[in-house]
Formats: sequence, C-alpha cells, structure tokens
Amino acid sequence: MEVLLPHSLDEALAIKAEHPEAVPLSGGTDLMVELNFGRARPPAIVDLNRVGELTAWREENGNVFLGSGVTYATIVREMQAYKPLVQASRSVGSPQIRNRGTVGGNLGTASPAGDALPVLAAYDAEVILRSRARGERSLPWNLFLTGPKKTAIAPDELIIGTRWRRFRGPGSFSKIGTRNAMVIAVAGLCLVIDEERRRVNVALGSVGPTILRATEAEERVSAALTSSGTWDDRSAPLNPQWIDEFAELVATAAQPLDDVRGTAAYRRHGCRVLARRALGWALGEWRLPTWL
Amino acid sequence: MVVRTRVNGVWREADVWPGTSLLVFLREALGLYGSKNACEQGECGSCSVWLDGTLACSCLVLAAQAHEREVRTVESLASGDRLHPIQEAFLEAGAVQCGFCTPGFVVAVADLLEKDANPSPATVREALSGNLCRCTGYQKILDAVDLAATRRRAGS
Repeated sequence: MEVLLPHSLDEALAIKAEHPEAVPLSGGTDLMVELNFGRARPPAIVDLNRVGELTAWREENGNVFLGSGVTYATIVREMQAYKPLVQASRSVGSPQIRNRGTVGGNLGTASPAGDALPVLAAYDAEVILRSRARGERSLPWNLFLTGPKKTAIAPDELIIGTRWRRFRGPGSFSKIGTRNAMVIAVAGLCLVIDEERRRVNVALGSVGPTILRATEAEERVSAALTSSGTWDDRSAPLNPQWIDEFAELVATAAQPLDDVRGTAAYRRHGCRVLARRALGWALGEWRLPTWL
Repeated sequence: MVVRTRVNGVWREADVWPGTSLLVFLREALGLYGSKNACEQGECGSCSVWLDGTLACSCLVLAAQAHEREVRTVESLASGDRLHPIQEAFLEAGAVQCGFCTPGFVVAVADLLEKDANPSPATVREALSGNLCRCTGYQKILDAVDLAATRRRAGS
C-alpha cells in the first residue's frame, strides 16, 4: 500500500491521473473503519487533508458552493443561514466525528444513510467533479448518486464540492435513530420550501437504495398551498386533509428494506411522522413575524 | 513509510505500514499507551487526541495524515507525577471505574473546558456524546466535569 500526500489540488489531480486506483481519504470516518477491520486494502490512498482548496465554502452569484473538505463542525459553526444543513451536520456522529467528517465523504461514500445527502437533494444541489485530463464537470445530485454506495465519479476524478441555488424559505432536517448521538439514521428527511418558485421539496434518506425525492407529495402539497392561498398570505391555513395526504404520499415514496437497524414498515411509518412534523414546522416558521 | 509527527511537543518518527492508524502509531510505534484501542471505528472515543488542536478519534486518522503535523495525547496533561486538575477531579468524583474510557473522557473534557469555561449540563452531555463508558459511570463523570469546571473558574 502506498499513501500519497498532495499539498494542492493540482498535485492531487495529478496523482489521481497517474494512480486512478488511489482511494481518496479525508476525515477517515468511513475508509479508516474499512482499513482497521481489514475489509479494505486499497493499493494506494491519497490524503486530501492538506489540499486547502477543498476546505472553503462561499456564496457566489446567488449560489452556495460547499467544498468537499468542509467538515460538519465547520458547517455547524459557520453556515447558520442554511438551517437544514446545520441540523443534518449536528446529527452526524459525535464531536470527534464532526471535527473530521466531510460532506465530500458523504458524497463519495454514497451511503443512503449519509445525513448531508437528503439536504443536498432537497436543495437540488449539483456535485462538482474535476480531473486533470478533462477539467471540471457538474452532475445533478441524482445523476451523481447512482445506487447504494455507487456514484458516477470517474477513476481519475476528485469531488471538488457541491453547489446549489440559494433560495428563501423555511425548512428542516430530521432523522430517526436509537439515541441522539452516534446514530446511523433509520430514516431521515429534509423538507425545504422555496418561496420564490412556490415549491416544497422533500428528500428521504436511509429508506431506499439511494436518496429519494417524494415528487408526488411535493407537487400535491405545493398545489395545495396555492389553492389555500398560503403562498400569498402565510396566515392562510392549509387544510389538515392536505397535511394527512402529504404525510401519506411521502411514506408511499419510501422504498425501505428490513435490516438490522429497522424494519421496512417502521421506516415507512417513520417517513410519515417526519413528513407531517417537517411540514408543520415549516408552516409554523413561516407564520412567525419576520422581526422575530 | 516513515511518519514524522510532533507529539506532545517533541518530534517523533517511526517506520510503519502505510495503512497504520494514528492510534496504532502512538501505541505500538511510540509506546504511548494512554490512548486506548477499543472499537476502532470512532464509536467509543477512548482513543481521543488532538490533531493540530482539533479533537479527533486517533483510530480514524491515518498515521500518514499526521505526518509533519502536531498531535497532543492524554500524556500531555499531567506534569510528571502531578496530575492535571481534570484528572484529579475524575479521581475525587469517583468517575473512574475500570478506567479504560478515562483517558478519552479526560481529553474530551479538556477540549470542552478550553472552549467553554462554564458549560451548561446539555453542553457537557453533547461534548461527551462521542465517549462511551461501558461501566456506565456517566453520572460520576458528569460530576467530575462539574468539579473540574468549577475549580478551573475559581483558579482563573
């Protein structure tokens, strides 16, 4: 085994061009477990800790760019304006894990239980990849995440970061697990409301082969908010029947399996509960006076 | 590969298998047995150290990642035979049972109190949520944090 320690992005991309088999390592919260237990013996590892270009996030031209090396601890500290992302980041592991784990790791590992992923899906984020030979390309999250622990990344590429359009509106991330720390989600949900486009976006984690969007639920509830006049007058209540229907449609969108962490039936029910709560929170947040 | 790291203020180096974790490097190559090896998957916090000043599970850091960087371990806390005030507080509060989790807890508590001199009970629980005590002596550990924090504030 060989460990390569690039000090810049150019150097890291050159290494990936010459050693496409080199596995990227950042926070180590996934790969190190595989190494410690003898489940992985990659011929080479490329450490991204010293690649400073990956550890920044910024707002630019109405978009947000989040570098793949930004840790969950940094997100919690610096990105308060992106509440669902902060909530998801706070729910990752423990302080030690959040200090090291990165969004790029969630993307690269592509576990359906990656906590940041439902948020990126609800944001309609794109994933930015780069190789020395072909430069940069970006893929919508759903074309990047192709299956359980499978992505569309090419062997010579690195994940540079993710980008989404900034929009106004309430939202949340919530998840179900057995305790409040060190939990791999049994079900996770991110709901965001895009005020400008009058859309509700809902993404689910841990209840399918990859992250899922509950598109029918989104369309029906977005239309219901139109018929109740809530888009124009936030105090106009949504008929409770629509909230029930929304929760039911979100549960229907899940494709859960039975596994050691929970049964399919429990996960589907979990989605129903999380969906109802998330919609309630978002509408409640909306009704608060803006000066609060 | 040769890994060279500044550990507790002293540059140390050793030739190790490239897949070695920082934890195994500290214990097996450098003989620093304070950081404990338990879960090897970041669940238990027994191997907590500071990497460039940031609290981390050393089992999840590749030793090579610490090459030319700074590591602080639990061994940095006591001065000679004089225990660190947090270690004293653990002893006095009865927060040590089998003792296996203690170094990791002490490091996590030191990290917390360096950032927050007067942490709320909720903050303490959150800060220690990555450390497991299989003797389940959590209440005494929380008492020890309270004692250490109170004395630290009185002393400063």
